Amino acid sequence: MQEVVHRETERLIEGKHTYESITSKIASVAMGYKHPLPWYVIAAIASAGVFLMIVSIAWLLLRGVGIWGINQPIGWGFAIINFVWWIGIGHAGTLISAILLLLRQQWRTSINRFAEAMTIFAVMCAGLFPLLHVGRPWVAYWLLPIPNWTGAWPQFRSPLIWDVFAVTTYFTVSLLFWFTGLIPDFATLRDRAKKRFAQIIYGILAMGWRGSAKHWHRYEAAYLLLAGLSTPLVVSVHSIVSLDFAVSLLPGWHTTIFPPYFVAGAIYSGFAMVLTLVIPIRAWYKMQDFITMKHLDWMAKVMLATGLIVFYGYIMEIFTALYSGHDAEVYLVANRFFGPYAPFFWALLICNGLIPQALWSPRVRQNIPLLFVISLIVNVGMWLERFIIVVTSLHRDFLPSSWGMYFPTIWDWGLFLGTIGFFTFMMFLFVRFVPMIAIFEMRDLLHRQDEHAPAPTGAPATRVATTEVSG
Amino acid sequence: MSVPLHGIIAEYETAEELLHAARRAREAGYTRMDAYSPFPVHGLAEAIGFEDHKVPWTVFLSGVVGAIAGFALQYYISVIDYPLNVGGRPIFSWPAYIPVTFETTVLFAAFGAFIGMLAFNGLPQPYHPIFNAPRFERASQDRFFLCIEATDPLFDRTHTRHFLESTGARLVSEVEE
Repeated sequence: MQEVVHRETERLIEGKHTYESITSKIASVAMGYKHPLPWYVIAAIASAGVFLMIVSIAWLLLRGVGIWGINQPIGWGFAIINFVWWIGIGHAGTLISAILLLLRQQWRTSINRFAEAMTIFAVMCAGLFPLLHVGRPWVAYWLLPIPNWTGAWPQFRSPLIWDVFAVTTYFTVSLLFWFTGLIPDFATLRDRAKKRFAQIIYGILAMGWRGSAKHWHRYEAAYLLLAGLSTPLVVSVHSIVSLDFAVSLLPGWHTTIFPPYFVAGAIYSGFAMVLTLVIPIRAWYKMQDFITMKHLDWMAKVMLATGLIVFYGYIMEIFTALYSGHDAEVYLVANRFFGPYAPFFWALLICNGLIPQALWSPRVRQNIPLLFVISLIVNVGMWLERFIIVVTSLHRDFLPSSWGMYFPTIWDWGLFLGTIGFFTFMMFLFVRFVPMIAIFEMRDLLHRQDEHAPAPTGAPATRVATTEVSG
Repeated sequence: MSVPLHGIIAEYETAEELLHAARRAREAGYTRMDAYSPFPVHGLAEAIGFEDHKVPWTVFLSGVVGAIAGFALQYYISVIDYPLNVGGRPIFSWPAYIPVTFETTVLFAAFGAFIGMLAFNGLPQPYHPIFNAPRFERASQDRFFLCIEATDPLFDRTHTRHFLESTGARLVSEVEE
């Protein structure tokens, strides 16, 4: 075991670093007042997106869901497409922070905080859509088992109510996990803060954390258990989301491959989003020592692997449909390839199936701009996948007399782009006020690295000491 | 008349020095002490003679409570208070209750982990005397501390100070209550 740790941690932190240099590098971003120009530009654009979201919601509340493109037979539309897309993006955060922790993948340390924040904001965006899609969001509490004047209760044999429990639990547990990880770092910020206001705010958030061995002992138990709980949770959440589809009888939805295929797709799109966000931010804040090329390379590999699973899902979907010999199922496949939405389906195959194959090449994985572009393409591809799943099955089912077409309206786009703005804005605020990399875990990583692979310059103790004197 | 003491604290530069000092303090017979570090140091809790399994048990028990509560809620609603015939399926269709039961199990267990960890650690705690120690703000950044508390039966202002100085500490100081 020790030997494995040794090799894995050897160069996860590049350059010469001490506990102090790691701490000040990460903490100074959260506590500093100077931010790179792109931060201001993109935060400004994103805040415009937040306004767009608010306007779209306000207009929806005034006029009802009729402002969207949904109709009979396509009752789900953008609301469900975007819900599934956002919640899938969130899943990479849990995968990185929980599953990779249990698998002792130490490279998760420099990206887990970031990915967890992404989970929380993505789930916020996701939750908004079904809430608004119910038509009368002011009575959305009817979804919860709360005794009310109607005397009616939720129906627990429906996957839609499982979804309510799955998504609220997922949000709550992700928030607890994230906050637990932040407590020791808030203590660091509290102790470094120069201004009274920052001392008070970070002091409240740190809740009196003093890094005692007794604290750490219970903390590590709690953190590991939260990881252990999140792991089956994340699998359950997207499985339940897929059951919203699979439990119905529609062609293309009623298949047993949906749960695993949805979970793989979620991780795939989530890793794409992590790459989309991490690549620019690591450059703006000069975090290359902590989020190294190795990290990007590994994330690209996970993306490639999950992408192949997703593509296998596409092939099996087609095979099962044809093998069933069922008219409606066979027609669905033909409709996807050659029907009115065929351009979207072909685009999906190119975005999710073809282009990511470039990641087999180490040269592509080492090429940061190319990696960034591929991650964007995968994000688009995964959105198209949900569009195809939701729309093609609904618009032409068993009865040709009830066929129809779906066209999103300006308000569909407004709310969708608005949530992208909200998500980006929240991520930028997070980077601005909260340590974007788990500082205490990085110190721990440095300690292991020095312990197991002594640097050529000498023993770790002397290295720390000399830097102290000179610095 | 001097201020009552919380203990005597020693500062170290590395986790190894702190571990070594904590082990020596245990060998010297001290029992009431605490070590402070900017990241979890493997073996430190054992070195100061601390072991605690309350958090895992809390998580387990809250998970059990969550499972029972979730299942009971669905049973009460679907079977007792609001039985609804859907396509002639049995009223007590328990396999359909499993997903929600699983979610409430995880939810309760996660709260158990979070609240349990904080509660047993005595957090949130607005004041603790250890923050009076000089340079203690470094404990959350890059330094390692060992504090032998005044309540220790072997505690003696002079002897304990000499003992801590002999463990290779950079700085030894008294912490006021």
